[in-house]
Amino acid sequence: MSLLEVSDLSIRFGATEVVSGLSFAIAPGERFGIIGESGSGKTLTSLAIAGLLPEGASLTGRIALDGAPMPASERDMARLRGRRIGMVFQEPMTALNPLMRVSEQIAESIRLNRDNAAVQLEVPALLGEVGLDPSHGSRFPHQLSGGQRQRVMIAMALASQPDLLIADEPTSALDLITQRKVLDLIAEICARRHMALLFISHDLKAVARLCTRVAVMHRGRLVERGEAAQVFASPQQDYTQKLVAASRFDPLRAERPPIGGTLLEVDGVTRDYRQNGFVFWAEKSLRAVNEVHFSVAQGECLALVGPSGCGKTTLAKIIVGLDRATSGAIRLDGTSYHGSDLPKPLRRDISLVFQDPFGSFNPRRSIGDSLSEPLRLEPGLDRPAIDARLVEAVTAVGLHADMLDRYPHEFSGGQRQRLAIARALVTRPKLLVLDEPVSALDVSVRGEVLALLARLQLEFGLTYLIISHDLDMVAAIADRVLVMEAGRIVEEGRPEQIFFAPQHRLTQELVGARLPDIGTPA
Amino acid sequence: MKRLFAHPSLAIGLIATLIFLAIGVVSLVWTPFPIEQIDIPRRFLGPTPEHWLGTDNLGRDMLSLVMAGTWTSFLVAAVAVVIGMGVGVPLGLAAAAWGGPVEWLVLRLSDFIFAFPAVIVAILVTTLIGPGAPNAILAIGIFNIPVFARVARGGALSVATLDFVAAGRLAGLNNAMIAWRHLLPNIMSLLIVQGTIQMSLGILSEAGLSYIGLGTQPPETSLGLMLKDAQGLFLIHPLLTIIPGLAIVLIVIALNIAGDGLRDAIDPRLRQGNPNVLA
Amino acid sequence: MILFALRRFLGFAVTLLVAALVIFWLLDLLPGDPAQFILGINATPESVARLRLQMGLDTPAPERFIAWIWGMLGGDFGMSYTQRAPVGELIWGRLGVTLPLAIFAMVISVAVGLPLGILAARRRGKALDTAVMVVAQTGIAIPNFWFGMLLTLLFAVVLRWLPPGGFTPWHENPGLAFRGLILPSLALALPQASILARVMRTALVDVTSQDYIRTARAKGLTMGEAVWRHGVRNALLPVLTILGLQFAYLVAGTIIVENVFYLPGLGKLIYTAILERDLILVRGATIILILAVTATMLVTDIAYALVDPRLRERSAS
Repeated sequence: MSLLEVSDLSIRFGATEVVSGLSFAIAPGERFGIIGESGSGKTLTSLAIAGLLPEGASLTGRIALDGAPMPASERDMARLRGRRIGMVFQEPMTALNPLMRVSEQIAESIRLNRDNAAVQLEVPALLGEVGLDPSHGSRFPHQLSGGQRQRVMIAMALASQPDLLIADEPTSALDLITQRKVLDLIAEICARRHMALLFISHDLKAVARLCTRVAVMHRGRLVERGEAAQVFASPQQDYTQKLVAASRFDPLRAERPPIGGTLLEVDGVTRDYRQNGFVFWAEKSLRAVNEVHFSVAQGECLALVGPSGCGKTTLAKIIVGLDRATSGAIRLDGTSYHGSDLPKPLRRDISLVFQDPFGSFNPRRSIGDSLSEPLRLEPGLDRPAIDARLVEAVTAVGLHADMLDRYPHEFSGGQRQRLAIARALVTRPKLLVLDEPVSALDVSVRGEVLALLARLQLEFGLTYLIISHDLDMVAAIADRVLVMEAGRIVEEGRPEQIFFAPQHRLTQELVGARLPDIGTPA
Repeated sequence: MKRLFAHPSLAIGLIATLIFLAIGVVSLVWTPFPIEQIDIPRRFLGPTPEHWLGTDNLGRDMLSLVMAGTWTSFLVAAVAVVIGMGVGVPLGLAAAAWGGPVEWLVLRLSDFIFAFPAVIVAILVTTLIGPGAPNAILAIGIFNIPVFARVARGGALSVATLDFVAAGRLAGLNNAMIAWRHLLPNIMSLLIVQGTIQMSLGILSEAGLSYIGLGTQPPETSLGLMLKDAQGLFLIHPLLTIIPGLAIVLIVIALNIAGDGLRDAIDPRLRQGNPNVLA
Repeated sequence: MILFALRRFLGFAVTLLVAALVIFWLLDLLPGDPAQFILGINATPESVARLRLQMGLDTPAPERFIAWIWGMLGGDFGMSYTQRAPVGELIWGRLGVTLPLAIFAMVISVAVGLPLGILAARRRGKALDTAVMVVAQTGIAIPNFWFGMLLTLLFAVVLRWLPPGGFTPWHENPGLAFRGLILPSLALALPQASILARVMRTALVDVTSQDYIRTARAKGLTMGEAVWRHGVRNALLPVLTILGLQFAYLVAGTIIVENVFYLPGLGKLIYTAILERDLILVRGATIILILAVTATMLVTDIAYALVDPRLRERSAS
């Protein structure tokens, strides 16, 4: 008999149906995955199973655990989900009570659901099981990293010894290495405890790593389901095929501009931050960037990779002139600067494309107004010349000149990222710094934006410096890769070299944390 | 505009506020009776067809007094809001755009001014130059400064982390231009909501200050001053107290409802902000 | 934590010192010759000279300022010219009315406002919630002194349960003294309780949608249990900030409400001092009021840090 059986489940908010006619079953100990992009209804499905639907949502259909329908009373449902279902959510930063030590939060879970458990023994045991030190128990959530908090969440979910673990995007807020470790931990625990898993994610590779059976959701409907290997190897539905295709980055380096002489040279750049600067107490400083040297050649595409907090964004900010190096210098075309002292005439030569397409435009100003802002750096331009530049930039990114009069909220994420690239091109720069240019976009749009970047590079002879944590994207687009850790560059090489024969420990970890491409034997 | 009026509470609040404001404005050119007209034989009249709200201890027409008092209350509160915004918003924006020592200074300054509730400022000013409506304006206005400085800084800081501000800096904008082009337009809604709140607080404060003799003085009149005049008589002639008091309550409710409605209409996220709800 | 408290205390001391400087500048330097100011234009030069000597006005201003601060640290606030009594004693006598009044009002507003706010949040969208919020909306709009007048009308004139005003000193008859403060503290408490109820409700409703409440429910708690165990403490954080400010403004608010009930509190003293241009007395009274306001804020800051481990660490490390 199935452990969990969902039949004909529909969820609606008022008149809008967000999940329609969903049916699936999970056997005891089985690992089942639900795949879907944002807005597909996958999270609401998981909340419905646990009886945690938000106010205003109504549900029809049947959900049964061990053949028995879910109890109707709130209290019985709460106790049932406490005992039988463990849950891990996406946001590790906010999912724990900030005012309570984590051991107390785990202990609460034990006390609630098991009658005669020795809490003093169980809490350290659970912490150990999820790979934390017993001393972590006495900390408050804000004293733990994202990965550690997610481990605490898992420990809490395990405390009641549930039969089913529901994990909703448990790793998408974590960096690459931690993501892999948490995925491995979930796999290992499910195997050891013979616990069923309902894993929900937009990341096909993560689902492929964990699940034996999968279902694909699109706009509230289940479009395809089957054995994981089979679905990924030969997807039947259009939508699934698109998702599978988008999860791979095909190499884009068919044509490329010739590589010329050195354009930018970073020479021993160091950045210290004074922590908690209070007037009378100078505190010890934090070194975000530490003695970094490298150079970028004309027409090259250089990638800077590293885990979050390694200093790569700080370095990018110094190069574009948003921050200032504590020591060291940068040379652009022979002119030396230290960051924010980048001379105005040179500023037009370097542009930055931001990560978040939703924050990169002022919502109160028209696109044309925002796009023309960098042209202040070229005081000689008159109105017709400015307009001509705007049209040139917008058409270059494949959008229409009419859009200049509109406001940011009228555009999708992918369009905004194109517009952000257009803004970066408007001064006809030599160097484009791209900070995670596609990581905030939906999977299906990423390929388009990368193809656009490759085309623009060819067309305008641009030089790229790409900041990213995504090795697959970097492998597809970069000529050369720098690996950064704790403010230092620890390895440098061509992408093939880095990925097939990583030398430094961090690079090995990063490469090891990559999930295998789907549809191919791992 | 249509979006704003989709919220019924906003429509009700705004319309009620505008009605009171209109009554105040009308009092400038016309009142049923001149407010200075003292007519002892006709004092303490209850509501009559001639005097809708009766007359006070000097035989003045209560309706006329309420109309003129409403105008004073609005005027005092509005000028105080203008003072608070005019000084506080630039300070808050400067704190957010410059950061560092400027921010430290602005924060300390606003902490410091918070230690001077309007009553204390009014006491000091009145001691020096004697009582009058300008004292109340100054006292309430000074108290509004740190309120707006904090709201502006808080709002601007959350805007300043967004990438378009960095894009502006890359385009060579200086701090003042960043504040003007990017920060201010994005915190206008916050400021408008806070403005309504401070208006209603200002009307309450004006009433309190005039009531203890630190605000508006005769022959001017204000709702608070009417309550002061009624102080010795309210046990015998309660109407003299109840009418101006009710006028204050209704105006403040109208402003508060409009403020709540604005907040909901402009941006639901603002509800998590930290509006200063204290008098 | 100790460093944090020390730092806050330092800030508190600096604020007070700067406030004292401002008050000194306003009341001692701005009027030109304070002695002339106190006595008015018609005073004879001899009497002005006598008062100048008595006030020590012939010493330079910085010295006078330091002497004033130094005196206050030892409890000496100077002599009131009009009342011919030490300012410290005068204020101390009046605080016996003002402080209990502020404290009673605070206790009432917390005891009424917080439970109502919690109740409204638990019954969100129901009739009870609407009722509480309508009452609170009205309560915020009512001037406390006017409410005091209405209360007097009802309880003292119509029902004759309580005295309409006046005050029996504590040492003569504590029971009567207490009775005299019931109506004033109710009047003061109404707007504050309304604000508290609203803030508490908003904070609790905000907390209800937090992820950690969902986590707590996932553990096996019902919504109500999760909010009770995990929500209320978190929701109290914003309420605490408001509470601190409220007490500060209650102290200032007593000045106005005392007037309604003819209470011999600080307000009455200040009012007389203003009329009689007694600069020394005004100076002492305002500094005491500012002390009350800033001290409350200091206590709030420290209490906040005691509840919230994040704040404690951020500011102390």
